[in-house]
Amino acid sequence: MINGYLRSDGRKGIRNSIVVTYLVECAHHVAREIVHPFREQGVNLIGFSGCYPNAYSHKMMERLCTHPNVGGALLVSLGCEGFNKGGLLETIRQSGRPARLVMIQDTGGTRKSIAEGQAWIEQTLRQLESTPRADMGIDELIVGTKCGGSDATSGLTANPAMGRAFDFLVEQKAACIFEETGELIGMENWMAERAQTPELGQEIINTVAKAARYYATMGHASFAPGNADGGLTTIEEKSLGAYAKSGQSPICGIVKPGDVPITGGLYLMDMIPDGEVRFGFPNINDNAELAEMIACGAHMVMFSTGRGSVVGSAVSPIIKVCANPKTYKNMSEDMDVDAGRILEGRATLDEVGKEIYDLLIDVANGRKTKSEALGHQEFVLMYKTFEPLGPACFPSAA
Amino acid sequence: MAFFQKTDGSGVLLLAPGDNVAVATCELPAGTEREVAGRKVALKSRVDVGHKFAIQAIASGVRIFKYGAPIGVASRDIEPGEYVHTHNMTSDYLPTFTLEEGHQFVKEVKS
Repeated sequence: MINGYLRSDGRKGIRNSIVVTYLVECAHHVAREIVHPFREQGVNLIGFSGCYPNAYSHKMMERLCTHPNVGGALLVSLGCEGFNKGGLLETIRQSGRPARLVMIQDTGGTRKSIAEGQAWIEQTLRQLESTPRADMGIDELIVGTKCGGSDATSGLTANPAMGRAFDFLVEQKAACIFEETGELIGMENWMAERAQTPELGQEIINTVAKAARYYATMGHASFAPGNADGGLTTIEEKSLGAYAKSGQSPICGIVKPGDVPITGGLYLMDMIPDGEVRFGFPNINDNAELAEMIACGAHMVMFSTGRGSVVGSAVSPIIKVCANPKTYKNMSEDMDVDAGRILEGRATLDEVGKEIYDLLIDVANGRKTKSEALGHQEFVLMYKTFEPLGPACFPSAA
Repeated sequence: MAFFQKTDGSGVLLLAPGDNVAVATCELPAGTEREVAGRKVALKSRVDVGHKFAIQAIASGVRIFKYGAPIGVASRDIEPGEYVHTHNMTSDYLPTFTLEEGHQFVKEVKS
């Protein structure tokens, strides 16, 4: 059982954070300065750089500012940008969370805005001390899985071990989200066979085809030079490794960024924009995708790495599972789990899977992950366009 | 898709029966000899942890199998024991890019 934080909208979180959100790059510095003295007190910086409005980024911000791990939100606006700040503020307030908008142009510039924002943070931190606690079941958890800085060991050790942890969670009716369709190219038919309905299977095939088309137009797969240095030769080889993260449970639905799963079970996140190719690469780096999973309500995300990623995230803790024994020796301070032991014959896949599961429960109960303790709070949000999910993407009534 | 629970200490892993490449579970020097799926294979060069090598002759144009699944196609004839990577195989889907010397982002297609 988990000791969660009960929000007035009825959802339960595993952290009691405040987010400070800049609504255009022009407000970024002020927002960062507001956060700085409180950065080790659960105050997280997120934001959107663009001046033009975009439905996807608005939805992402709504979901992040009302995330169950978040107890309050401060919006920092320059004043003239296109972001619908009033709408966002209203949504956060309707969720019962304390929220405040600081408009730099109205407040009288940089210094006054920083002072006003920091005063609100101090007051809200005190207010959050009395957030009610509540028992939280495994079936109320949403967990994501992601790989980054992959090498050829990722698909041998860390990814299948995270897949085992997912299987344990799905058995207990947690909602589990895996990604990303651009790194599942070649796996579409295998995934479709695991879909709970043939219609969902077809949606999965369509969504991977969309990803392949998108990346082909961009002229570049989701494949970095370090992947090749680490022994991965092709996108389909990387996909096989990435696919192993999903475990072996049936796939019950598809979500798009910001869609909160309505039941427990295993979901595929479709993060490739709909419609014609625009705004560049679907996700410019690993953190773009972490932010999307967190916007889907993920309380925490398991993150495997072979080459040695150090990233964390704002809002939700990131659990690092290191696939490569050499990398672990070199970077153990950044790694929560040493899955390379499987290659060295020092542990079985099931043992590491159970270790990850146990750690997830500890982290849900407040234990800090390595990246969290080191202060990692990376965040990025770009432009995208999405259409709503089709009916076959939702779990069928049980 | 094939998973393994535990390594056997040989330093070599055949992920699925029928695969034509095997994976090194630790760094294996050139000349390392192992029996894989009933075939004796000697490594022609060093193979790093997680990287793969041919356990049988693979003719140019033939699919490469790992985890029991196709991961691409041989772009030239590959001998048993030869390191398999971007120099001798390509994707069926999208080209692989890598950082060459001089740090240019280049498409990896070598003849």
